[in-house]
Amino acid sequence: MGRQTKTISRERRMAATRIDCDIHPAVGGTRTTLLPYLDDHWKEQVVSRAIDGLDLTSYPPNMPLSGRADWRPAHGKPGSDLAMLQRGAFDQLGASHAICNVLYGAQAVYDPYMAAAFCKAINDWIAAEWLASDSRLRASIVVPMQAPDLAIEEIERRAGDHRFVSVLVLAQGETLLGRRHYWPVYQAAERHKLPIAIHAGSQYRTAPSSIGWPSYRYEYYLAEAQAFQAQVLSLIYEGVFGKFPGLKVVLMESGVSWLPAFMWRANKTWRGVRVEVPWVDREPAAIMRDHIRFTTQPFDSPPDAAGVAEIIDMIGSDKMFLFSSDYPHWQFDGDDAIPPHLPASLVSRMCADNPLETFPRLSLAA
Amino acid sequence: MSDVIDRPMLEQEATAKSRLRIIDCDIHPSLHARSDLNPFLAKRWQDHLKTYGDHLRTPYIGTTPYPRSSPLIARRDAWPPTGGPPGSDLAFMRQQHLDPFDVEFGMLQVLDMFIFSQQNLEFGAAIQRAVNEWQLAHWTSREPRLKAAILVGQDDTQAAVAEIERCAKIGQYVQINVSPRANEPLGRRRYWPIYALAEELGLPLGIHVGGYGGHAPTGGGWPSYYAEEHQSNAHSMAATLTSLVIEGVPERFPRLKIVFIEGGFGWISSTMWRMDQHFERFRDEVPHLKRRPSEYVREHFWFTTQPIDEPDEARHLRSLIEWVGVDRLLFSSDYPHWDFDDPRFAFKTPLTEVERAKIFNGNARALYKL
Repeated sequence: MGRQTKTISRERRMAATRIDCDIHPAVGGTRTTLLPYLDDHWKEQVVSRAIDGLDLTSYPPNMPLSGRADWRPAHGKPGSDLAMLQRGAFDQLGASHAICNVLYGAQAVYDPYMAAAFCKAINDWIAAEWLASDSRLRASIVVPMQAPDLAIEEIERRAGDHRFVSVLVLAQGETLLGRRHYWPVYQAAERHKLPIAIHAGSQYRTAPSSIGWPSYRYEYYLAEAQAFQAQVLSLIYEGVFGKFPGLKVVLMESGVSWLPAFMWRANKTWRGVRVEVPWVDREPAAIMRDHIRFTTQPFDSPPDAAGVAEIIDMIGSDKMFLFSSDYPHWQFDGDDAIPPHLPASLVSRMCADNPLETFPRLSLAA
Repeated sequence: MSDVIDRPMLEQEATAKSRLRIIDCDIHPSLHARSDLNPFLAKRWQDHLKTYGDHLRTPYIGTTPYPRSSPLIARRDAWPPTGGPPGSDLAFMRQQHLDPFDVEFGMLQVLDMFIFSQQNLEFGAAIQRAVNEWQLAHWTSREPRLKAAILVGQDDTQAAVAEIERCAKIGQYVQINVSPRANEPLGRRRYWPIYALAEELGLPLGIHVGGYGGHAPTGGGWPSYYAEEHQSNAHSMAATLTSLVIEGVPERFPRLKIVFIEGGFGWISSTMWRMDQHFERFRDEVPHLKRRPSEYVREHFWFTTQPIDEPDEARHLRSLIEWVGVDRLLFSSDYPHWDFDDPRFAFKTPLTEVERAKIFNGNARALYKL
């Protein structure tokens, strides 16, 4: 099943390329999965202090969303079994390649040194046990954004390995992602042709919205859409895309249908108050179409074909869509991860052309 | 460009404007000075106001945390010739807004004094009562077109209930206002006594954007710019809608009517789709919900139109209106603020006579029993 594929060639993509931009291998635990990848100091720390259980509050493994019933292994968390993931993401859903985004709590650790050590271990683990086992897999670099200098160190450490195709951060971190203390991270990412992948999930530093802490996971998950919107505004208004014109940002598991009204409101607000951000010299929606991409699960779409067509028309760019299944998260049933009612031309673009344009390292030899 | 935008409205005006009077669901009256409230405050609170003033979860005592794009957020032409801040002079409000636009009724939305956000709850209770009395004495008793709201800070729920009961006996108020930004999301249990009372009294619950709840304006932290903070108002409204629906407020208070004010309406349809799409997945977490979330929205919630979305293509605004539903929309101007929507030009897509009649008048008339 394509184990020999080393590069995703332009020729191949015409026929069979379907790049799943968001799948989730699961870390079993810090004291188990990651232990072999920690240095002696952190091995001792992890064992003697029993540092474990860093699954994110955003995704309790037993929650239905966290794992579709038929993608749950008999033992362990959804996404923890390589063979099962291969059967699901490749055989069943038909991906030719898939990008692994590991959602384990390294990003949420307060201690910057511990966060960096765990991020490094996750990246070593995914390279050794997943990427090395299946040449169809790629991965995002997990980085400690709590300490931008350490995040850059981790990016530089991975930059030579082209199987790492993006930099993964959470939608809700310590500060908004446009803030200038993060700019050196974006400089490094741009230099290495790594898009920034912002994935749903929270460090639980601030409430998911200005109204405070909600009661239910359901509300929290819905509120991620607003957090993504705030991140996009932050990146634009702080001037990140002016500073780093080659940078692309991918919103992962963000939902899609909120985009049109969000773009209009951003344009309208910018027209009214642009005097305070003179470096933003064109409409935010135009900047989004150039720099922002999003994965297509979940789509949160209108129920009818006409509504879906209208949303696509409103978004106004077929380059922004990137195919994803969100495996093993339970976003849909059956074998078709393409949201209903999408036109064939868009499906073809979002499965191959757009991912290859967004993640330039996909086209490089591993 | 402007001729393209204006044409449909001009056609409508020729046939419709002379007959259709407007109900404006968001007009901001303003104090001339805080001392205007002294007649309605006990000596202790007059002194407190002078000595300590507000205690809000925001860094400055004299201005907003994100400097606005214009003084007092106001239109440059809205400063009364007689002096005082925009919105403080009834005669000028009549001359500039109520008369030329043929406003049949205007819903007052008082933002002065940050009633919803006072950390000193006793001071907050005194201030909310004073402002509620001031609305009648200075506005509605002098101008019957204007309608007052009972403003209450929901975090002192007991005081809020007492104030609502006091005002309801007077009977001049048409809704009960709380803030989207407080200690906790509005759906949370601690606020339910307010909803029970609103339902019993048959008064809609009004939720105007703004307030200082102490939480960062976004789920990712504190933004740097007003442009970001301004748009976060829409985010807070989407989160408030999900909180109220998912906590089961309309399920538990089936006769309660809720009005979202100054949030616009672009975000509503996608919020409904998102709630519905994920409902099945989370259903076992919220067994108190008996119906799909969007069904509650379509029966219990209304939305004022300003700031109206301005898509590049007018037909997209048309789709948005149909997705939300004409019956759910209430025209609002936000007078005298800078992002005022002019009723002649706000809808840059043609509306039918029936739709105009509903959005600009009929929906509000029925909702507020005017």
